[in-house]
Amino acid sequence: MISAPYLEVAVLVLGTVILLIESFSSKLDRRYLGYAALVGLAVIFLTTFFVAPQSTMSSAPFWNFYSADATSLFFKRIALATTAGVIVMMLDFAPLVSSGIQGATPQSGLGEFFILPLFTCAGLMWMSSAIDFVLIFVSLELVTISFYVLVGFTRRNPVSLEAAVKYLVLSAVATGFLVYGITWIFGATGETNLQKITTVLSRPGLEQDAALFGGVLVIIALGFKIAAVPFHIWVADVYQGAPTPVTAYLSVGSKAAGFIVLLRVLGPFLILPQMQTLLVAIAVLTLIYGNLAALPQTNVKRLLAYSSIAHAGYLLVAVVSFSGRAVAFYLVAYLLMTLLSFAVLIIVSQPAGDQLESFAGLSQRSPFLAFAMLVAMASLAGVPFTAGFLGKFLVFDAAIATHHFGLVVVAIVTVGAGFYYYFKVVRAIYWDAPPSTTDKIIVSPLTRAVLIALIAGTFVLGVYPQPIFDALR
Amino acid sequence: MLLLLVTFTPIVAAILIMIGFPARLTALAASLLTLIISAIMFLQFNALSGFQFGITFPISSELQLNFALGVDGLSLLMILLGAIVLVAAVWFAGEIEHHENAFYACLLLIAGAAIGAFASLNLFFFYAFHELALIPTFLLIGIWGTGNRRAAAWKVTIYLALGSIILLVGLIMLYRAVPASARSLDFRILQAGQIPPSLQSNIYIVLLIGFGILISLVPFHTWAPEAYACAPAPAAMLHAGVLKKFGLYGLLRLALPLLPEGARQWSGLLLVLLLANIIYIGLVTIAQRRLDWMLGYSSVMHMGYIFLGIASANILGTTGAAILMFAHGLSIALLFGITGEIRKRVPSLDFDAMGGLAKAMPFAAFAFGLGVFAAIGLPGFANFAAEIMVVFGAFRNGFDYQHFHIFQWATLLALWGVVISAVYMLRAYRRTFFGSSPESELVITDIRSGFRVPIALLVAVSLLLGFFPQIAVNRLMPTFRNYFSATQ
Repeated sequence: MISAPYLEVAVLVLGTVILLIESFSSKLDRRYLGYAALVGLAVIFLTTFFVAPQSTMSSAPFWNFYSADATSLFFKRIALATTAGVIVMMLDFAPLVSSGIQGATPQSGLGEFFILPLFTCAGLMWMSSAIDFVLIFVSLELVTISFYVLVGFTRRNPVSLEAAVKYLVLSAVATGFLVYGITWIFGATGETNLQKITTVLSRPGLEQDAALFGGVLVIIALGFKIAAVPFHIWVADVYQGAPTPVTAYLSVGSKAAGFIVLLRVLGPFLILPQMQTLLVAIAVLTLIYGNLAALPQTNVKRLLAYSSIAHAGYLLVAVVSFSGRAVAFYLVAYLLMTLLSFAVLIIVSQPAGDQLESFAGLSQRSPFLAFAMLVAMASLAGVPFTAGFLGKFLVFDAAIATHHFGLVVVAIVTVGAGFYYYFKVVRAIYWDAPPSTTDKIIVSPLTRAVLIALIAGTFVLGVYPQPIFDALR
Repeated sequence: MLLLLVTFTPIVAAILIMIGFPARLTALAASLLTLIISAIMFLQFNALSGFQFGITFPISSELQLNFALGVDGLSLLMILLGAIVLVAAVWFAGEIEHHENAFYACLLLIAGAAIGAFASLNLFFFYAFHELALIPTFLLIGIWGTGNRRAAAWKVTIYLALGSIILLVGLIMLYRAVPASARSLDFRILQAGQIPPSLQSNIYIVLLIGFGILISLVPFHTWAPEAYACAPAPAAMLHAGVLKKFGLYGLLRLALPLLPEGARQWSGLLLVLLLANIIYIGLVTIAQRRLDWMLGYSSVMHMGYIFLGIASANILGTTGAAILMFAHGLSIALLFGITGEIRKRVPSLDFDAMGGLAKAMPFAAFAFGLGVFAAIGLPGFANFAAEIMVVFGAFRNGFDYQHFHIFQWATLLALWGVVISAVYMLRAYRRTFFGSSPESELVITDIRSGFRVPIALLVAVSLLLGFFPQIAVNRLMPTFRNYFSATQ
């Protein structure tokens, strides 16, 4: 049996090796680095199934920081799968990376483009295992710093640059909140380990207000990561400006890691009722804002940005209802449908741009891509027999079981709004006439295979969720 | 096994058509197969032994989720209706100008969704199958519709999506209200008398709103006339004839037996709303100036009678409601189908622009006349038998309200609806087929002989059930007796 911490080490080694190959072989077609990264990630993904979940904490001090339970393994797999999907998208996106640079060869800058996600992936995997504020902070920074570079990767493009600066500034603010919050909690409890904080907090006669204040600061920082309202200001611009594969990565990987940390951090603070009220308020705001702001969008990338805020709202409903099962399943469903929609968007938008009009008449230009987008939109909207619906079903079930009827009423309205803006894309694909250029769109075999896998996953999890539940046990 | 075949034949056929099988041929073969199997099941069905043709695949023990199919008298009758209307709709579809395969696939998916919902014994799949029809409806109306088709498709989709999500919340509330020991998503385990009366009222009203939107209960009816007027005829036949019955089926199957106290508390409101369906929408229907809109409103109006049967909450009334669902499905499918044929031949369906069609289309006039008589509820048609049962059932009612309580008054008022529907139906018939034809150079041909088969099928079944209602009653009564005996 392999011990869980070796997984992150393997990802780091993979990234470093590919980085070294990139530095010392100038003639190599950089896309092979992408394929190498994919193979490596696939091997590590398979390896996770041979890692025994370690529930009992061993005496070594390392295990005070690091947990290898079933949940963290599960989220490690999400991180690996997301990263692999993102690298496939990057291979499709590669021609655009160097497009803005004067006198660039087609290979310019591609190497790092495929390597940086590996380091992000290692950070995400550590986050899913972190049970101590120190490790949470360090891994979060690893993720964020590699994202700084990725968001601004097409640096000659002013929109991308603007996105990178916004992300940098607001991310730094969030980090400030996180550190400040950790300090307050440490000051009040004298601990950084989440389990020990739980014990200390339940002790009578403790100054709870200070710890609570720290907890609120931490939640603000995490709210930034998961794009919850009112910490969402950066989302639309950064998502629109970043290279599309990076947008997909931000909206899936970053969010998944944010939610696992949120679930773990909330553990100690559950005993404080004020936290519950705060989270309900954030969930309501996120649901309403995300869905309403998505309504008028005509840029598909921006629409998906707001939809990602909206889905953070549904996830928060599950968090408030303390249903780890619903959160995990919803994240998997969200991963499938978001990667699917971004993958289609990258292919469709290459000649025509991100506007909704470039989807017009897609059903005639490429029935396969049209169907893939239909499945993605149906799943995001929550049509049954897709993973997105089962996720919503679990969220509603959890909310009703814990009597959060106010949240349920808000969610009903926002789901209705969601149907409107997701079906706007479907309408463009199937109703509208294609523009004058009706060339067929070519899809590479690798992308086609990934799209088919994502579609199949969306349908299979829509009726057969048991594998996810088994993995969480 | 038979039930599995019935449920999945239309869906598999839709997939086959999308990957390149000849569209019309596959669709016809699949729908005929569905009809034959459901007819065999209907004949084999033994009314006295509960759920039959059952089949269960476990999916998730953690969610208590099984893929479970099975039928009792009520669901079997609805599946048969779905199969009959599917055959008629596919037959009426004829040649489609563009994307023929997608058109037939969408039709089959709508029918498959309805049949799957009627056959499911699990709350999750009961709901999920119904929503499967959402996207095909959106595409059918938006791409192949007529008139203001895009606005209509948009409206019906958003409206029904919202209704469905309210319904989903209602269903989860229902499931969560059952004590944990008996909690299940399975209809066979969800028994009456487990939900505390104090919780029933809230669940019932959520379910009533959710199902009500899907059934076009006033004031949630505004999507229906427009959608049916703009939809291509086969889509309108399937949607108005079969899919809309899902909501009524849900109320009969879940709300009445599981929430008797809720039903009692809200019966006053339901009576007011259903009277609005009958009287107010009836008057609106009289004011319509186009044949397709008139039919759209008439289908909203007739829902009122079925609601009356449901509100009655006794065996007689609910049996009548179930038969009326079946009969209305046949008659409205017939009327929409013939209207679709007329639409292909005349420039406008405006009453002012039509007239004298009986001369050019004698068979269509005859068949439409039969449909009109059935819709009004003339003796001999299934609608008559059903309406009689509904009215008697409602007058007696299951709550033992005697002596001219609101129930008796509502029944008396509802009877006036028969007069209203006679007025608008006969007037539409006269203005379409008789009188002077506007001068037009059009050469109008009658419905071609091949299309007379589905008309004959629909009329024959309606007449059969009109003369021998016991065919259905014998299968329904034990089912409803089960529902209500468990309640008391």
